[in-house]
Amino acid sequence: MDKLKIRNRLAKDKALLWAVCLLAALTAVPLFAILGEVFLRGYDQLSWSFFTEPTPTAYKAMKAIEAGEPIPGGIANGIVGTMLMLGMAAVVAIPVGILCGAFLAENSKSRFAQTVSYLTDLLQGTPSVIIGIVVYIWVVVPMKGYSAIAGSVALFIMMLPLIIRSTEETLKILPASLKEAGLALGGNRARVMLKVQLPAAFGGIFTGVLLAISRVIGETAPLMFTALGCSFIRFAVDKPISAVPLLIWEFFNDPNLQELIWGASLFLLLFVLTLNLLSKYLAKKWNQ
Amino acid sequence: MEPVTPILEFNKTCVSYTKQTMAVKYVSAAIDRNSITAIMGPSGCGKSTLLRAVNLMHSLYPNIRVDGEILLNGENILSMEPIDVRRRVGMVFQRPAPFPTMSIYDNVLSGYALNGIRLSKTEKDETVERCLKSVALWDEVKDVLNKKGTFLSGGQQQRLCIARALAMKPDILLMDEPTSALDPIATAHIEELMQELQKEVTILIVTHNMGQAMRISSKSMFMYLGELVEYGDTAMMFSNPSDERTRAYLTGKMG
Repeated sequence: MDKLKIRNRLAKDKALLWAVCLLAALTAVPLFAILGEVFLRGYDQLSWSFFTEPTPTAYKAMKAIEAGEPIPGGIANGIVGTMLMLGMAAVVAIPVGILCGAFLAENSKSRFAQTVSYLTDLLQGTPSVIIGIVVYIWVVVPMKGYSAIAGSVALFIMMLPLIIRSTEETLKILPASLKEAGLALGGNRARVMLKVQLPAAFGGIFTGVLLAISRVIGETAPLMFTALGCSFIRFAVDKPISAVPLLIWEFFNDPNLQELIWGASLFLLLFVLTLNLLSKYLAKKWNQ
Repeated sequence: MEPVTPILEFNKTCVSYTKQTMAVKYVSAAIDRNSITAIMGPSGCGKSTLLRAVNLMHSLYPNIRVDGEILLNGENILSMEPIDVRRRVGMVFQRPAPFPTMSIYDNVLSGYALNGIRLSKTEKDETVERCLKSVALWDEVKDVLNKKGTFLSGGQQQRLCIARALAMKPDILLMDEPTSALDPIATAHIEELMQELQKEVTILIVTHNMGQAMRISSKSMFMYLGELVEYGDTAMMFSNPSDERTRAYLTGKMG
């Protein structure tokens, strides 16, 4: 009788385990489905010229389609624009975000820091389209035109809370003895932060920066109001500029260019995945 | 004979974490120059709290109050700048904490870097060699000075931390259970080292280990519930404690 009961319980346990595993596996299905779809549709478009040439005009694309040839050109204008805007945004967001995160980690009890921390959460939750429209009012209108600068301001605002959070969290999990040892040697708080705490937290902060970049690289809505788009390769920061996610949207709206959607998507997806995997790898390496 | 001025003197020192409770209650004691003084007592008796008051570690935490006086060469450190005090009062922690991103060489010199003091290359080399020699680590690490300090064994790391503190030429070295995370051999090394070091620096050490206090210290404090119960010659205290609580602790009936 007792044996039967035990067997019953073990069977139930096993059934539950299988159910949990199945559900866990199900969550991976969307990711692989998306990856598979984008890869199958996009991989044959990837070629050297796809990365080195700007978007073709609709007319050229139409001619190529009529002649049964692959569409000429690529997404180089988008890649250049994305990198330029990301670079400008990161150059400002990284130091500002790290300093702000350091402040929050050091003064977690002060009313001011708690307010800043709360606002950071709010900023992180602000819909990107709203950030875009506000930057439009702040930057595009006074500058009398769309520009890479405006786009990078929008990306900067989106990156900032992510970098602040990761810096703060990483500094908070450092052993307190590290900071105390630095202070015990007579260092002031700023020096101990710069020479001891921030270097020790470098791994976590770097991971946070990579994740922040991979998070904003696919942003489309805020760039529509700010960078607008551009069909040729351009390095000017005060003129409208293209970006990879903007191109995907443009390709979608132009029947002649629809073929290019998948190549551009595949590039963006692979880039983000690489950044994510890289950050995971680095985080692991630094934690050893 | 001229009276010896105590290098460090507690004068009714009190430390409180909250308004209601005091972790250290009216401790008064004078510490002899170039000696080793041990602070003993059961867990939670306030011995680490008292030690950390000496280099103003408590000022990091705004809710902790330190009252009374702590005199360093006759000057009350409670009214001095923490940065000033800490340069003259070195500290070694329970867990060896070499700075993980710095090499052994840079760890020894970290006090200078943290104080913004620039040294020439020769001064640096001399300081590193002198300090590592004084903690008997030089022969073991002189070929790997550019390696990270965290590659060393626990005992070596702790000696590196002592070297780092000595590099600033402190008047006093505070040690907060410096061997409790080390094996017996490494502990013996550190104890031997402390005997040597007392020639140049006054050592105040918190220890859980009565044997250690007996082996190395010339004077001992016994604390209980935040009070300094007894303070005197170590040998005397161990052989004939004057307070019943000290006797109970030393004979293992308490703590």
